[in-house]
Amino acid sequence: MRRIPQVMAAPGKKLVPFFTAGYPQLESTVPLVLAAEKAGAQLVELGMPFSDPLADGPVIQQSSQTALENGVTVPWILKTVARIREQSQIPIILMGYINPIRRMGATRFLEEAAGAGVDGLIIPDLPPEEDPVFFEQARDAGLSTIFLVAPNTGSERMVHLGREAGDLLYAVSIMGVTGTALSARQDLTDYLKRVRLNANVPFVVGFGIATPQDVRRVGSLADGVVVGSALLQRLAQASDPPAEAYTYLHSLAAALP
Amino acid sequence: MPSSSKSQVYSQPDEHGHFGVYGGQYVPETLLPALGELETAYRQAGQDQSYWEELNRLAVHYAGRPTPLYHAGRISAQLGLEVYLKREDLNHTGAHKINNALGQVLLARRMGKSRIIAETGAGQHGVAVATVAALFGLECVVYMGEEDMRRQALNVFRMELLGAQVRPVGSGSRTLKDAINEAIRDWVATVEHTHYLIGSVVGPHPYPMLVRDFQAVIGREVREQYSKQAGGLPDLLLACIGGGSNAIGLFHPFLDADVRMVGVEAAGRGLDSGEHAATLTRGTPGVLHGSAGYLLQNGDGQVQLPHSISAGLDYPGVGPEHSLLKDLGRVEYLTATDEDALAAFRWLSELEGIIPALEAAHALALLQQNRLGLADGSKVLVCLSGRGDKDVQTVARALGKELP
Repeated sequence: MRRIPQVMAAPGKKLVPFFTAGYPQLESTVPLVLAAEKAGAQLVELGMPFSDPLADGPVIQQSSQTALENGVTVPWILKTVARIREQSQIPIILMGYINPIRRMGATRFLEEAAGAGVDGLIIPDLPPEEDPVFFEQARDAGLSTIFLVAPNTGSERMVHLGREAGDLLYAVSIMGVTGTALSARQDLTDYLKRVRLNANVPFVVGFGIATPQDVRRVGSLADGVVVGSALLQRLAQASDPPAEAYTYLHSLAAALP
Repeated sequence: MPSSSKSQVYSQPDEHGHFGVYGGQYVPETLLPALGELETAYRQAGQDQSYWEELNRLAVHYAGRPTPLYHAGRISAQLGLEVYLKREDLNHTGAHKINNALGQVLLARRMGKSRIIAETGAGQHGVAVATVAALFGLECVVYMGEEDMRRQALNVFRMELLGAQVRPVGSGSRTLKDAINEAIRDWVATVEHTHYLIGSVVGPHPYPMLVRDFQAVIGREVREQYSKQAGGLPDLLLACIGGGSNAIGLFHPFLDADVRMVGVEAAGRGLDSGEHAATLTRGTPGVLHGSAGYLLQNGDGQVQLPHSISAGLDYPGVGPEHSLLKDLGRVEYLTATDEDALAAFRWLSELEGIIPALEAAHALALLQQNRLGLADGSKVLVCLSGRGDKDVQTVARALGKELP
C-alpha cells in the first residue's frame, strides 16, 4: 500500500516539515529528515531547488540559491531519498518546479523517484491539465500526485482537484508566496471549512505557518500543517541544524490539536 | 514551405493556449482564475466594437499611429538593397511597447482592476505601462532588476515622473528574468484587484496570444503601407528578438505570404563565450515564467544567466510562438553580437540621422555586415522597434567616452 494514504488514514493531525534539499549543506538533508521524524513529523517535504522559484518568498528563494551553489541536482536528491530509506519509512514528498524534471526526462524521473522511495509529488507550476500524461504516469508508478488549492479556488474546482489528486491535497493558506504571514482573519477559517466540504480527500495546509499557535489554529481545521520558511530561517542561523530542527519541530508537534 | 504547416501556424494557439508543444499555463493554482478572467475579458472585448474603437482612437491620437514606413535611401544605396524602416521608434514613449500597453490597460479597466504591475528590462515597457496607468489614473508598480536600473537610469526617472513606483529586484541576475519572477510573486498575492501587464509575447496563456494580437498592428500597417509605397510585398522582414513581441507583431500578418522572415537574437560577447541571449539559437525546450518554449538552461534544468548589451534582449527565454516558428522552419533565427549592434547603432545614426534602440540595432547589424546573402536590389523591411535615446549612456560607455 502507498505510504501517504496509509499515514493520512491514521488518527491524529500531521506535522509536515519542508526542507530544501541540500540546505544548509549537502550532508544536512539525511540527518534533518531523521531528526524531524524523531521530533514527531509524520511526513516530510523535500524541496527540489530551481533557479527561478516564482511561487516562493525570499527565504525559500535564498535556500534554493544556496542549495544550487552546494551542487544539488535532481539525481542527487533521488540518491539522498534512497539513503533516507535505509533508515526510515517516513513518507517523502518532493516539491519542485517542472523544468528540472523535464530536463532530466519526465519518465526517467518518475521511475527513479519511485525506485528511490519517493511517495508523492507537488509541482507548483504544473496544474493537472497542463500535463495529464505526467500525472497519470506518476500514479501508475505508485506516487501520490498532490495538487494545490488556494483561497480563490472555486468549490467545483476543489472537488475536481481532490478527485484528480486521489490521496492528498495541499491548501495554500493565503494569497501569496511561501513565507507570507498567516492572516488572522475569519477568512482562513471559512476557506478551510470550504476545503473540507469540497475536497473528498485529506488535506494539509501550508504557507505562513510558524508558531505553535498557528499549528493549533490551522491544525484544528485540517488534517495536517506544513512548516517551511520558518523552519529554514532557523536552520540558516543554526550551528547544529538537526538539533535545531528537532527542538523547533518538537515544539510544533506538541501543539498539534 | 508546405501549406499544411502554414495552416498549423494560423490556428495557433489552440484552445488551451498551446503553440504546438509550446506555451500553456505553467502557473500556481492561485493564478488560474485570473488567467481565465483575462482570456474571457479579451474574447468579450473582441466582440465589442466600442473596445476596438477606443483602442484605435488612442492609437491614432495618443500614440501617433500609424507610424511611418520610411525608405532609408542612404543605407539602401550603400548596400545595393531597398531598405525600408518601420518607424516604431516614433510612437509615443519611443517604442512599440505602447501598442500592447494600451490594449491591455483597456482590458484591465473592463475587468475593474485598480492597480497595474509590470516588469521591465530596458525600461521601454515600464515607461509605456507607467504612461497608460497615468492616462487612466491607475496605481502602477514596475519591477526592474537592479542591474537594469543602473543601465537605464533615465527610464527609471521617466517612470517615476509618470507616477509609477519602480521596485528594484535584487535576486538572481538582477535583470528582466528576475523582474518577471518578482512581478508574478506580487500578482499571486494581489490578483483580485491587480492586472499584470506583461510586456512581451511570453508568460502563461493568454499573454503570448494577446500581446501578439496587440502588436500585429505593426505588420498590418506595413502590409498596407508597403503595397502603396513600393507595390507588392517585401522580400525579407527583419526584426530583433528578446521575448519577441515586435518581431511577432511584424511577422504574424505575413505568415500567409511568400516572404522570408529573419529574427535576430543577441549573441552578446559571442555565441561561444557563454555570455549571450541567443535562446532560439543555442537554447533547448524548457519551461519558464508560465510557458514552455526555448530556454537557456544548463544540463540540470537550471536557467542560465543571459548577457546582452541591450537590456531589452537580455532574457533567457523566448515567446512560445517563436519556438514553434523555429521548429516549423517558417522563420530563420540568426544572431548579432554586442559589437555588431554598436556598429549598426552608429551606422544608422550617421547615414540616416536616426538613432536606433540597441535592440533594433541587432537587426540592422545583419544587413550592415553581409546583407543576409540577398541579391542586389532585394527589398528589406526592418522593424525599428524603438529609439536609442535611452541607450546613449550605454553606448558612450562602450565607446570609452565620458559623459558629464
